[in-house]
This record gives sequence, C-alpha cells and structure tokens, in this order.
Amino acid sequence: MALDTVAIATANPDTTQPFAELGLKGDEYARIKEILGRRPTSSELAMYSVMWSEHCSYKSSKVHLKQFGDKAVKSDALLVGIGENAGVVDVGQGYAVTFKVESHNHPSFIEPYQGAATGVGGIVRDILTMGARPIAVMDPLRFGPADAADTRRVLPGVIAGVGGYGNCLGLPNIGGEVVFDETYLGNPLVNALCVGVMKHSDIKLAKAAGAGNLVVLYGAKTGGDGIGGVSVLASETFVATGPAKRPAVQVGDPFVEKVLIECSLEIFAEDLVVGIQDLGGAGLSCATSELASGGSGGMKVELDRVPLRDATLSPEEILMSESQERMCAIVEPSKIDRFLEICKKWDVTVTVIGEVTDGDRLEITWHGELIVDVPPRTVAHEGPVYSRPFAEPAYIARVNAEVINPVIPQTAQEIKDAILMMAATPNLADKSWVTNQYDRYVQGNTVQSQPDDSGMVRIDEKSHLGVAVATDANANWSYLNPYEGAKLALAEAARNIATAGAIPLAVTNCLNFGSPEDLGVMWQFAETVRGLADGCLEMGLPVTGGNVSFYNQTGDVAILPTPVIGVLGVIDDVRTRTPMSFDRAGLELYLIGASDENLSGSEWAYLQGLRGGQAPTADLQREMRLIELLVKGRTDQIFTAAHDLSQGGLTATLTEMVLRHNIGAAITLENTGMNLLVETPGRVLVAIEPAKAAALKAAAGDIPLTYLGTTGGDALIVNDVEIPLSQLRTAHTSTFQKLFG
Amino acid sequence: MKVGVITFPGTLDDRDALRAASVAGTTAISLWHDDADLKGVDAVILPGGFSYGDYLRCGAISRFAPVMKKVIDAANGGMPLLGICNGFQVLCEAHLLPGALTRNKDLHFLCRDQKLVIENNSTAWTSDYTQGQEIVIPLKNGEGSFQCDDQTLAKLEGEGRIVARYVGENPNGSRNLIAGITNERGNIVGLMPHPEHAIETLTGPSTDGLGFFTSVLKAMVK
Repeated sequence: MALDTVAIATANPDTTQPFAELGLKGDEYARIKEILGRRPTSSELAMYSVMWSEHCSYKSSKVHLKQFGDKAVKSDALLVGIGENAGVVDVGQGYAVTFKVESHNHPSFIEPYQGAATGVGGIVRDILTMGARPIAVMDPLRFGPADAADTRRVLPGVIAGVGGYGNCLGLPNIGGEVVFDETYLGNPLVNALCVGVMKHSDIKLAKAAGAGNLVVLYGAKTGGDGIGGVSVLASETFVATGPAKRPAVQVGDPFVEKVLIECSLEIFAEDLVVGIQDLGGAGLSCATSELASGGSGGMKVELDRVPLRDATLSPEEILMSESQERMCAIVEPSKIDRFLEICKKWDVTVTVIGEVTDGDRLEITWHGELIVDVPPRTVAHEGPVYSRPFAEPAYIARVNAEVINPVIPQTAQEIKDAILMMAATPNLADKSWVTNQYDRYVQGNTVQSQPDDSGMVRIDEKSHLGVAVATDANANWSYLNPYEGAKLALAEAARNIATAGAIPLAVTNCLNFGSPEDLGVMWQFAETVRGLADGCLEMGLPVTGGNVSFYNQTGDVAILPTPVIGVLGVIDDVRTRTPMSFDRAGLELYLIGASDENLSGSEWAYLQGLRGGQAPTADLQREMRLIELLVKGRTDQIFTAAHDLSQGGLTATLTEMVLRHNIGAAITLENTGMNLLVETPGRVLVAIEPAKAAALKAAAGDIPLTYLGTTGGDALIVNDVEIPLSQLRTAHTSTFQKLFG
Repeated sequence: MKVGVITFPGTLDDRDALRAASVAGTTAISLWHDDADLKGVDAVILPGGFSYGDYLRCGAISRFAPVMKKVIDAANGGMPLLGICNGFQVLCEAHLLPGALTRNKDLHFLCRDQKLVIENNSTAWTSDYTQGQEIVIPLKNGEGSFQCDDQTLAKLEGEGRIVARYVGENPNGSRNLIAGITNERGNIVGLMPHPEHAIETLTGPSTDGLGFFTSVLKAMVK
C-alpha cells in the first residue's frame, strides 16, 4: 500500500477509508474529519480508532465514572488521583504507595497463557510508570463451571500465565480470587492488580514538557503482535461464528520486562526523566498522544526510527502495535547520555524517536514525509463520550420477588454432609493448586498471602511499616441488586483489610460487565458505579483509579455484573497484625456481628440452583464501627486471630481456620444449619485468650457478640457433629487436584 | 567477612540473599555479572531467579558471564560458593557440580514450604546444622528435578555428597529425593530450595534457612 501522507489526504479528500473495520462509527469518523479539517491519513485513522475504542477512551463509562471524583471526600492521603496511570496514596514515613487493578479478559479467553501473562505485564508497567518499584501482584479470576471442558482449557493456561510472568518478574503474588459461574464460560475474567512503593519525591507523571526535550523509546523492539488488540478484542462481543482472533493477542517476554523494571528504576533514581508513559493498549498511539497531551501539546516523532522486530511493518501497524515491554520517556538533552548509558548497562534497546516542541500539534513523520498532524488532546483525552441509554432489566423485578427456600440441613448427618460439601465445592475449596504455582516469597517481605483475608507486605524493614490489599466481588449479590452489590463488595474488601488490623485507605476497581449497548447491562453498570461512589463517600475512602471491561458477553448472555473492588490499607507495624487463624488450643471463639436468615445469593442457594431473592442492604455505618473494632483489637492486642465471614458463611470460615494450623474447634450453635450457611455481611470470627473476654466486650460496644466455643483437639465439632480434621482436609484440598491435577 | 551476591539480568532473589547474609552477620556485597571483579569477597552466592530469561536452558548463558570466570577460579581454589535454585542450575551448567535440573515432574511451577533433611553437615554451608536435622524452607521453581546418570548418582551417594534431601513425597521428580549436592571438597553447594526466604518467621515459614549463612561465616573465620 502506498504511503498516505497529510499532503495526499488534503489533496484527495474523498478516498474511501475502512473506519468501520477499525471499529469507528460513522459519526465518530465524521468528527475526526471535523477536527482535522480534512480526512485523516491512514496513520491518523489508526491512532484515532485505537484511542477512541471503548477500552482506551471509556466512552460509555466516563459519564458515570465522574461520580468517583464528584462524590469523593477530600482525602489528604491521595497524592495522585484518577487520570494518571495509577493513583498514589500517602502511607506515612515519606512513603507513597500506588496500586491498580486491570482486566485482560478477552485475550485470556483466546490465548489463556499469553493473555494472562501480558495482563500481569501491563499492570506492572502502569505501576512502574508512576516511579514506583512494583512489590506485589494479586489476581482475581473467574471461570465457567469448574467441570466444564473449556474451563479445563482456560484455567490451567491462565494460572500458568499469571505465574509464568509474575514469577519471572520477581513479584510475590499475595492473593486474589478464583470463582466459578456458568456465565463466565465464554467470558473468563482475568483481572490483575499490582502494588508499588516509592518515596513521595519519586512520583512520575505522563507529561511531555519543555521544548527541545527528547522523546525516547526504550525496551523491546516493536513487532506485529497485538495489533489493535484492545480495540479489536476488548470492545467487541464474541460471536461464535466469527474468525479466529489470535493474531490480536500480545505475546510477552517477562525477562525483558524484569530488565526494563530494573533499568527504569535506576533511571528514576538518578532523576533522568521529565515524564514517562508505558506502552500498553494502543501502543505508540497512546504513549505519544498522552505524553504530548499531558504536557504543552507539541511533539515531533520520526516513526521510521522505531526499532522493529519485523522490518515489513507499515507505519499504521507500528502506531497500533501492542508489543509488550516498551516504555516512552521524555528526557532533557543534558541527561540523555547518562540515560543511554544505563540502558546499555541493562542491555535495553533505546532510541531517541523525537522531541517536544513549543507548538500544539503531534507531528509524526515517516522517512521525512508528514503522516500524522493532530492536536494530541483530541486523540488522548477528547474522544467521544456517550450517555448510553439504560433501563432496569426485566429480570430484576422477577428475581427480587422470588422467595427462595433452600433445603436447610437439620439432622446431625445432614449438617456433617453440608460442612464437608461446602469445604469441597470449587468456589470454597482450598486454592493451593493455584497459588502454589505463584511465588509468594520473593523479595522477602510477604507477611500475608492466600488464604489470608488480605495480602500484606512490609515496605520498611526498620520501622516495619506495611500495606495490606484485598480484592472482592460478590457477583451473585450484584446480579440481584448492583447498587447494593457494589457497596457490599467495598465493605467486604475493607473488612478483609481490617481483620488483620490494617486501616483501609484507598480504593481501586475493575468493573467487568456485558455489552454497554444492552440497556439492562448499562443499567447494571450505572447502578454499580453509583453504589460504589456512594459507598466510598460514606466510608471516606478515595477511589484512586480503576478499569472498565465491557463486552464480556457471548451472544445474548452477559456475565454476572462483576465489580472487583480492591482496597489498600496501611499498618504501622506488620509484626502486630492479627493472623487469620489460631495456632493453639484453649482460646475462645466469638462471632462479631449479627446474623439474619437471608440466603439469597449465597453459595448454599447457588448449589441448589437458586439465584433469586433480594441482596442484603449494605450497612456501611455498622461496617465502619466493625472496622474500628478490628483495628482496636489489633492495637490493644485483644485478638489472637480474626477471620472474615463471606462466601460460604460460618462453615467456610471455620473450615479455613481449623485447617490452617491443624488445631480443631468445638462450638455450639442454635438454628445450626442456617447459622452455618447464611452469608449476612459485616461479620468476623475471632479467637481470644479467655482473659481478654472483658476487653472484647468493652471494645465491641453495641456490636453484637456471640460466644461460640473454644479451640483445640483434632476435629471440628459443631454441637453433636464431629468431623476429624483429616476428613475435613481431604474434602477441602482434593477438589482442584481432582479437577485440574 | 565478606559475602558477594551476584546479580545477573533476570536474577530475582539477590536482595533476599544479601539480606540473609547480613542477618547472619557477614558483610554482604552486591556483585554485577558483567564486572569481572569479585571485590575481595570471601564467599559467593549465586541467587535464584531466571537469569537471561532461562533462554536456551536454565543457567546456560549466565555461566559465561564475565564474573563467572573469576568465580570458577576462586571456587576451584576453595572459596565457598553457594548456588540457590537458578544458582544451582548455573553451577551444573558450569560443571562445578554434576547433573542437571530438569522440568518438574508434573510440569507446573511449584511454590511451597518444603521439609528437608540435612545429610551432610561438613560442607562450608551446612556446618551449623546437625546431620539428620529436619528443616522447613520454601521450594519454588519450575525446573527443579535433579537428574544424573547412575554412575554419578552412585558416586554422589557413595561419597556422601548429598547435602539435603526432600522429606515425604517427591515434589519434583528429583533422583533419590535430592535437594542439594556438594563437590568433593565441600566448598561448593547447589541447593534447589531457598534458605534465604526462611530467616525470619514474619516473612518465611521458619528461621531454618539462616544456618547456611551462619555456617559460611564460621567456615571463613576458620
């Protein structure tokens, strides 16, 4: 194909262009022509099409997401807010922490290993781009039914990909989720979270300031992989009969990324960059337009200088390529020699591809010919915004009106069977088969990891300052009531931080939904964002960033609305954390929080095929009092152990606690079946020394407290039901081995 | 007493090894693969990771790094040298130790707390353990299955050169449950599990790993 230049585009205004094939709507194409005052060149068209894709532009979600800013409480802890690569939070002692969760759902369905691997790679580069050393990753994952044939294709590949990439980067994997539901069968969710730490003074931003400063591309060479990956994959619903989409999946090389991380950190430490941006979705189109847009606006790039893996790539392909492990930096001319020296030390390919100008256009040339001449803001930040119509879907009234009556175990045998069944069911079974494929020890600072309520890492070896991170979503509740579901997921993630005694500080999110062109899905999304924004406002927690993944839908079947909420907490001394389980006999067990009898959305109801009913109403005031109690319990050393009650209720919590250190427990329980299985939010099981009972009661105030029993022995005993720990362990630990071994 | 820890591109556990050596009371010094200078250290650790991305074979490229010539010469002269995980793989590729580490038998990367028995406490790195002592330290690798020919195996067993063995189920298919071996002289040790991740109970399963680093301190003082 002949080179399409600005001059040619001006001279030939009527050339037919494949805007629809690139995912642009007719009115979007018309708007590009209006902005430029001519038709776009093919390179400009490529840039606009990827940058205006749903994935990059948030065009369907923007109008809703602004609530996170509008409703936010003023937080002194927030150093960098939404809009940059990741938000940054002050955690004290001069340290700042950045964290973010992103989706890599569609690529992971097509090519599970590479899709998941590059998902980890992408979020790690986002964190690095802020100037931070990445210190941990987490992976909330969702798959189709555990025994489905395609789950056996997707799950092992995803787990190996997450491990293969993260392990090779030297990042401990400190937690996540593995959840199964039939709606994820054609649309698995692979979300990846990364946490990074830096000193306040080291924060970096994506801006190209200072005319004459150099635009430097470093890292891997550019290849033909992942061309248009985000726009092609993440912005489209899968069609069963469509062509194979594998060419659009990126291929990662974690070794190159590990070297890129160390090289970048050395460059940052010597203060050699003015601005920096990683190349992720939309590749160079994104990096150059966002850097220029974040600065004064002017930038000149000689695209033919970009080092290529495949010399036959066209300028359009180079602009759209999503080759992994690349970064783009803005460097003052006086510092470029040192910059190049450090890249040479790490054997990192580095090329000066352009410079910042004092104009307001992004100009890209190809062997001297001008092929892109655009106002960068129109590419990066002024994409189309849609107020898509939405309406409460018909199913809501129907399922909310349902009164579900799951069979409740009554006899001793039924209760024993229920406890063992819940211990073994894939959603609640031991996940070691998964997490044993992840390195949790590297860096030597991991204090908590799966199966703890939250992941916790030490960030200062002298002061013992640390951070905790938890991610949660309860899609069953979000399906019944997306507004409450979002608040409940927020409350659960915050509670999971607090059970260890850490103080919740900030929120990130990954909002996974079906097609925004579906009225009902868009309503689920709108309600979720409204719920999360209201919840964050009420709990005083800022949203520092996030990610939206639409089009998780096959045909008419959308996934359950799945807002994954990540909460970051801080703990001043990780040595004093409250562990999730007890390692000795003779402790007293108390249930904190009130239980009701609503099994809607519970695992027990799900196992009986019952999906209707009404989600609980989140009581965030009560959740906040509970968090206060949990933090006080740690600082006053009241608790020996504390563990959250969530999916699977008391029986799941008890199973995990007794198996952790192989110390049994004996409890008495009224209304036994119901109280073992109900998932009422806002509850925590704690173990205390008997002498601390008075202190616990005093600290709890008006929060209900129920004495359940004591720890010890080699069985889990509930009233007259006795289950040897060995039997419980076999039930809990053999599920994944059997399914995926 | 100075212990050097080498960083190759792709090394991951270098900072952990430096920390462990410091906690044990040695002066820990960072060494760079491209720098043929051991900076006067008395012992060297090749830490875990994926040096050079494990391209070709694990450890196959690192063994040619400029610093390795010096390391090999010094080790042949008796300097204590410990290769952990990827470091063990480098030692095998450099022919300082026999055998090879191959893909785990179930083909998965495996990270878990692993029980070991110390079989030889007369090496430079294990004198602080008792023979037959059981310890628990993390095991984490994708290619940790120790393989060698029958003759080599008989020689290793016959000369008491098995430093540590896995206890219980074989985690990766290693011959004779071998987790670590030494050379004839006992100054070079290759170990698949990670003692540097077990030096404090806060972040590891135990403090059982510290003995490797305190042992070498004593070996150097002697």
